[in-house]
Amino acid sequence: MHNVRRARIVAPMLLGLMLFLGVPAFAQIDFTGVWNGNTNSEDGPERAAGPSLVEYLGLPINDYARQWGLSYRSSRLSIPEHECQVHVVSYIHRGPFGARIWEERDPVTHQLIAIHEAINTYEQHRVIWMDGRPHPSPNAPHTWMGFSTGVWEGNMLTITTTHVKQGWYRRSNVPSSDEQTTVEHWVKNGNIWTHTTVTEDPNYLAEPLIKSEDLTLNPNPNFNPFWNCEYIEEGERKRGEVPSYFPGENPWVAEYAAQHNLPQEVTLGGPETMYPEYRNRMKTLPVAVFKSGSSELPTGATVAPPPGGGGQRGGGGGAAPPAGGAAPGGGRGGRGGRGQN
Amino acid sequence: MKRPVYRTLVTSVAALLMAGLSVVAAQQQIRTPKQTPFPQKPDWSKLEVETLKVQGAVYLIAGAGGNIAAQVGDESILLVDTGYEQMAPKVLAAIRKLSNKPLRTIISTTMMDSHTGGAGALVKEGRQIDNTGPGLGGRPNEADHVGHAKLLALMTDMGRDKIAVDRWPPSTYPGKQKDMSSNDEPVVILHIPNAVTEGDSMVWFRKSDVLVTGEIMNMASFPHIDVEHGGTINGILEGLNTALEITVPKHNQEGGTMVIPGYGRIGDEHDVLEYRDMLTIIRDRVQNAIKKGMTLQQVKAMKPSATYEYEPRFNRDPAWTAEMFVEAIYKNLSVAK
Repeated sequence: MHNVRRARIVAPMLLGLMLFLGVPAFAQIDFTGVWNGNTNSEDGPERAAGPSLVEYLGLPINDYARQWGLSYRSSRLSIPEHECQVHVVSYIHRGPFGARIWEERDPVTHQLIAIHEAINTYEQHRVIWMDGRPHPSPNAPHTWMGFSTGVWEGNMLTITTTHVKQGWYRRSNVPSSDEQTTVEHWVKNGNIWTHTTVTEDPNYLAEPLIKSEDLTLNPNPNFNPFWNCEYIEEGERKRGEVPSYFPGENPWVAEYAAQHNLPQEVTLGGPETMYPEYRNRMKTLPVAVFKSGSSELPTGATVAPPPGGGGQRGGGGGAAPPAGGAAPGGGRGGRGGRGQN
Repeated sequence: MKRPVYRTLVTSVAALLMAGLSVVAAQQQIRTPKQTPFPQKPDWSKLEVETLKVQGAVYLIAGAGGNIAAQVGDESILLVDTGYEQMAPKVLAAIRKLSNKPLRTIISTTMMDSHTGGAGALVKEGRQIDNTGPGLGGRPNEADHVGHAKLLALMTDMGRDKIAVDRWPPSTYPGKQKDMSSNDEPVVILHIPNAVTEGDSMVWFRKSDVLVTGEIMNMASFPHIDVEHGGTINGILEGLNTALEITVPKHNQEGGTMVIPGYGRIGDEHDVLEYRDMLTIIRDRVQNAIKKGMTLQQVKAMKPSATYEYEPRFNRDPAWTAEMFVEAIYKNLSVAK
């Protein structure tokens, strides 16, 4: 008798509390619809024109990633197999972007099985599995969008994505490895979708890369899902040729920094450059000087490996911070190829 | 509220919250698995193999050393490589979970123990369909073991003391390629001269649209270059460039032709592309250093090293370090100069 009475009291309270507290399994927000990136109001360089050469600001990259970027030559994008290379999932939401989102539900129970996101950039379609399935084997293939699973944290959808292909954190020159893991947090406020990514990469990030952007629900959907990309030969080159700069010979290192009156070090990224106290250090650094056609790095801009082969710049035995200033010299190579959206 | 009711309520809510939080916590712990090289001194009894369907009729059997590709059809089973000898029973068990058809053909892509160690044991488990079998006189109760003629030559030169005779491929092919049909599928075996060794092959399953590269591509390491047995960086690059010509992505540089590397996860053209790019850039740096007259010691001491930005991802095999890799390239290119 006591048990029955107890159940009558406890059950409704429990139900009410569950709803109130928003326990993950029960809170579900519907993101269905067509969403557009705010091309002109934020992330402009990412979404439209694209970054300049050697513009690594705000990225917590390590020395290895920096060296990768400094060796990168844009004409590599003219290799046919690179021409249709897609932005990986941790980056694509900051490019030119439109998405259609819909839900896949069990026809009988209406339980949420998956959330689908069709992204018009490069015609990508990703599935965010909501049914608790495990992530694939270490031996499984990787894809541009990776393998995603989601859970509800209150009203926020948290998505973990693994098995992503090698790509970039900033298009054209800052690498992301195929061992990155991206955690997304989706929050909806009215017709605004706030999308936050936290990406970890044991190979190329010294700290998690945290980015956010707002997207707007489009009440009059004009969603063009097509992004045709066909390879073509762009110029002639020897079989197997891969354009790159030899270490220390990238002639464009100082260009962006000098154009914006910035010290060289700032543009080379790294976790220390992301925090407010770095402003004090910036004031002590000379502004970079760029001379068109120069082929040598500014003094100290060569990224040397940390002693023992590990560590990050500015910590744990990393390379000495570059000091800025461009040295003159003869030209070697140049900016080639074409940009990529 | 009476105390027992209150206690029950608190307990229930706490349990529910804990369950919810544990789901979230578990989700947040998920990370992309790192590609790790095969253990140096493994406890063989504890190792397990994993079978993954690649596409079409082709499966990957991983965990036995080098990757093994299994083509499974209505007629028979064809293997590309066999892993370490110690893993042969587990490989065979994995095969038998896929099919009870006869193991008819084994193709060896290179000489390494991790790729051909199990050949002897698995050849003996094979049999021919028509009771004639391959080779002089026929061996109806064995699998046909295929490799390039130069692979057999390498093995015989090394001698039976170093490589057991039952690992030698009796069915050899000379020249550039050997075409065969298995399970109603064209299978093309391509010789990749002077790659890891001088006797390497890639295998292309044309209907399944799967390419098996052998050790010229290793997702946990820079590729081995066995200089002593004819291995060269340019041979490896030639193989990777050939792979890029064969592979066709399905959509925007993804999928389509799938690639089973010599070791590590399944890939596609883009994975081959990034690997090829990396090796070309490293080769060019060493070549440039040689042109400048640098000695091997000077090349090894370069800061940043020729392999610097690729080291966190691929300098993982203590048996084949970045320094060893660069030294092998230097030896190759110095000779070619």
